[in-house]
Amino acid sequence: MEPINAWLVDELARLSRLSLPEEERRAMTAQLKRIVDYMDILGRLDTAGIEPLSHEAPVGNVLRPDVVEPSLDRGELLANAPAQDGEMFLTPRSVE
Amino acid sequence: MTWETVIGLETHVELATRSKIFCPCTTQFGGQPNTHCCPVCAGLPGALPVLNEKVLEFAVKAGLALNCQIARYSAFDRKNYFYPDLPKAYQISQLYLPIARDGRVELHTSGGDSAVRIHEIHMEEDAGKLVHDPWIDQTRADYNRCGVPLIEIVTEPDFRTADQVIAYLEKLKETLQYLGVSDCKMQEGSLRCDVNLSVRPLGSDELGTRTEMKNLNSFKAIARAIAYEAGRQIRLLGAGGQVAQETRRWDEDREVTCPMRSKEEARDYRYFPEPDLPPVRLGEDYVAALRAARPELAAEKRARYQADYGLSPYDCRMITSDPALARLFEALVELGAPAKQGANWIMGEVLAALSARGMEPGDMKLPPAALTRIIALVEEGRINRNTGVQVFEAVFDGDGDVDAYVREHGLEQVGDTGLVAAAVERALAAHPRSVADFQAGREKALGFLVGQVMRELKGRADPKLVNDLLRRALGVPGAGKAVEKPPQL
Amino acid sequence: MELTELTALELGAAIRRGEVSVPQAARAALEAVERQNGALNCFLTVTGERALARAEALQKGVKTANSPLYGVPMAWKDNICTKGVRTTCASRMLEDFTPPYDATAVERLEAAGALCLGKLNMDEFAMGSTSETSFFGPVRNPWDLERSPGGSSGGAAAAVSAGLGWYAVGSDTGGSIRQPAAHCGVTGIKPTYGTVSRYGLIAHASSLDQIGPLGRDAADCAAVLDLLQGRDRRDATSLDGDYGQLLSRLTGDVRGLRVGLPEQCFGDGLDDGVRRAVLAAAQVLKDRGAQLVELSFPVLEYAVPAYYIIASAEASSNLARYDGVKYGWRAREYGGLHELYTQSRTQGFGPEVKRRILLGTFVLSSGYYDAYYQKALQARAVIRNAFDEAFGRCDLLLTPVAPSTAPRLGESLGEPLKMYLGDIYTVPANLAGLPALSMPCGFDSQGLPIGAQLIGPRFGEGRLLNAAHAFQLDTDWHRRAPEGGKRT
Repeated sequence: MEPINAWLVDELARLSRLSLPEEERRAMTAQLKRIVDYMDILGRLDTAGIEPLSHEAPVGNVLRPDVVEPSLDRGELLANAPAQDGEMFLTPRSVE
Repeated sequence: MTWETVIGLETHVELATRSKIFCPCTTQFGGQPNTHCCPVCAGLPGALPVLNEKVLEFAVKAGLALNCQIARYSAFDRKNYFYPDLPKAYQISQLYLPIARDGRVELHTSGGDSAVRIHEIHMEEDAGKLVHDPWIDQTRADYNRCGVPLIEIVTEPDFRTADQVIAYLEKLKETLQYLGVSDCKMQEGSLRCDVNLSVRPLGSDELGTRTEMKNLNSFKAIARAIAYEAGRQIRLLGAGGQVAQETRRWDEDREVTCPMRSKEEARDYRYFPEPDLPPVRLGEDYVAALRAARPELAAEKRARYQADYGLSPYDCRMITSDPALARLFEALVELGAPAKQGANWIMGEVLAALSARGMEPGDMKLPPAALTRIIALVEEGRINRNTGVQVFEAVFDGDGDVDAYVREHGLEQVGDTGLVAAAVERALAAHPRSVADFQAGREKALGFLVGQVMRELKGRADPKLVNDLLRRALGVPGAGKAVEKPPQL
Repeated sequence: MELTELTALELGAAIRRGEVSVPQAARAALEAVERQNGALNCFLTVTGERALARAEALQKGVKTANSPLYGVPMAWKDNICTKGVRTTCASRMLEDFTPPYDATAVERLEAAGALCLGKLNMDEFAMGSTSETSFFGPVRNPWDLERSPGGSSGGAAAAVSAGLGWYAVGSDTGGSIRQPAAHCGVTGIKPTYGTVSRYGLIAHASSLDQIGPLGRDAADCAAVLDLLQGRDRRDATSLDGDYGQLLSRLTGDVRGLRVGLPEQCFGDGLDDGVRRAVLAAAQVLKDRGAQLVELSFPVLEYAVPAYYIIASAEASSNLARYDGVKYGWRAREYGGLHELYTQSRTQGFGPEVKRRILLGTFVLSSGYYDAYYQKALQARAVIRNAFDEAFGRCDLLLTPVAPSTAPRLGESLGEPLKMYLGDIYTVPANLAGLPALSMPCGFDSQGLPIGAQLIGPRFGEGRLLNAAHAFQLDTDWHRRAPEGGKRT
């Protein structure tokens, strides 16, 4: 498997929409490498036949009835937006 | 070389629930932008999803109708990607444990019978809408559609022709409509279809490189896009080129497909189990109850209408073209209207009235009892058919009592032969020229005279009676039989 | 009488008896905040006027007070949404974010007459163990201003310790209530996963996050948890703990209680002072009739890697929504959409948050998912099973909260891995969804508080709180207050 390297960290940053200037990228690469190397001790744990545990879920299905309740006031919804026109959120060109 | 086209479909269907998949906001189409949103569907920090029980029910119903295996243990996953129409930057969907798998749909086309395997059906949330405003060169985001429930139905690459694809989609649409699971309005985007297409030399069992086509807004567009894209790939391969695996957009105006700029240069959605939603476990009894509650589907209705009421295959197709029409038809018959009359009114006046108003059958407010009453009055001869149409128009929008309307507007036919005969006498006296014309062999003159009589009686006479009386008064032999049995009041 | 010397329950009783008015209590708390927050930096937002107005309103209803904490001033960790009061997660990203809704926990406590003083500092997005990753500067430990109060609920622990409010509500993803409680000498409990609604808690790691109280003693925590717990229709992972009435069940009777001491929790890497204090705590319980059981918990070493993989994975997804479009920081200058996202996120998040996002993205990306994420979920199952086995042999576990006492400010920032390893005793309970409590059990040679942790089986909150209560009947560590806190 690909070890943590600068190229991979760039790729992760791109997927995460983060940009790392050269120096930060070098430090981050070193730190992530140490962390991931440490995590490799998990490889020593025998997990053959163990079901992954993603939820400590309540017993029984948790569903809500199909009932409409009032929505949020639009003014309140838009109040925190950095750019909006009173009706919609604004972004730079996002559609073709 | 002879080429074979191989097609698989991914169809997104918006479910007809009242509220959204994970929050209680309305799913109503339209509405002022960003007024059908709450912390959950707008992705505010701290908000959490809770699954709508109706979404689960509808997905299972769809799965059963498409002969799928229903998962007894199903769960949601997050599909992560950045885009302004996706406020949480992940879509809650199902990758690892979809609700239904391994279905099958039988198709009948002019090319013969075939079957399409359903790979899976999964539940997911819809995204918002983006509109680019060229004036300010900004894209505006409306989140009303965020969280509207969808099922995605994925087929195996089992289609070979556009006809099969259309037959499948028609059957799918009809089935989901009759289940009450979706209204499948393509123009409102409640049924959307992506087409995966590749070509290969006939006889080969390896799949070629496929492209995915989006932005297909009608069955017509789908058929044309398939024809275009298959031709494009065949030409490319025939000239020794290669097909690039890519997403292509159907350009409706130019009737070509063209590559879409991809959302991300390389896609890695980093799916993982949605920690905010516990898995769904379904018992045998839940699935069995939904299986037992399955309503009669369109094809079954058509067969029954033909067998029980002697309707023509064409009439059956028309009446079952929308579940609301079929419901109306069945209600009319139930209330005592003759089936053929009911069918005729639906295919004639009802469809005309809907189209004049730009309405969908599902939005119709006409009470079946009112139309049944109109049909009965016409049948009994108490109003004539034209008057019936007038009454129909008056009560179509849902209010008004048929009998009261007829009474108040004095529409009941004049049943007194004497009264009609007197009007005939007066018409003959007033228009000697027409009488002469008729007697000179010009049949048209009779029509004019009938019109005069009807006008005098304000349209309330039985046209047949007027005709007969006129003919008799003009000395036509054999006329006047209708007089022997005047309509009873 | 100095009001700030009372426990929350004592103050609540005094309010109901009419000996203290709610406005009087509110003013006392606000004065303490005024006096000390400059040094401690625990409050990011003080809602003074709101609090005084609310105090007047609450005083009018004092005769029909419906809870033992009616009118008692408190504060919320700043990752819990409060309608109309900015909620920052101690991040530049949410510096100006004002939620249009209240968290369920807020609704419940407000309905019981809670009086909110403001919002508490923390590690940015609850990522960190020292409260130093806050965009608004570090919180300082009231016992030693050069030291960290622990984290991520460092503001909450420091505030309660210093008497700035009678209790606080924080969140715990991998120890974020228990570890700062230990470093600041207060009591804190992370309830069974799901028993307190997460609706309105700004997510760090959804399958691990849990809201819980920090208070002056176990009884105060029991009273708060009685109000907080219970299924919420807006949180599908919430459930009714089959506990409740925790406060009324604090008998102090621990006779026959089997207290397990996992050998791996007392091994290498643990400060001697801490070890001595925690073992002494075991002795106190034994003296009250509990039975000590030595046992082995061999999978402990897998907890930290499993925890950081799962927590980072979930965090990378939970924090993707901060993109400069709907709320939060937006870069001043950007070209297209991609740059808007990248610049806003790069400027809005601090280094620790970025590190976790990158780590989480790594463990979920194709090619690494099975080896890391999937493996971590399996390790989680193994750890849960190990707890099941342990609770076959004992009723609760006693361990240290942290390997050492509060670190000096600045000491941990350069070495993330070392900081992560400090969470070794607290993360197993989060992975298994179990309740766990931290209680003061002594001081080290430098006068810094030491905490002992009690871990219980699912819904074992009553057992934990009763054991802590028993311990606090015989000890006075929890009554000690730092200079300025004035509790003796």
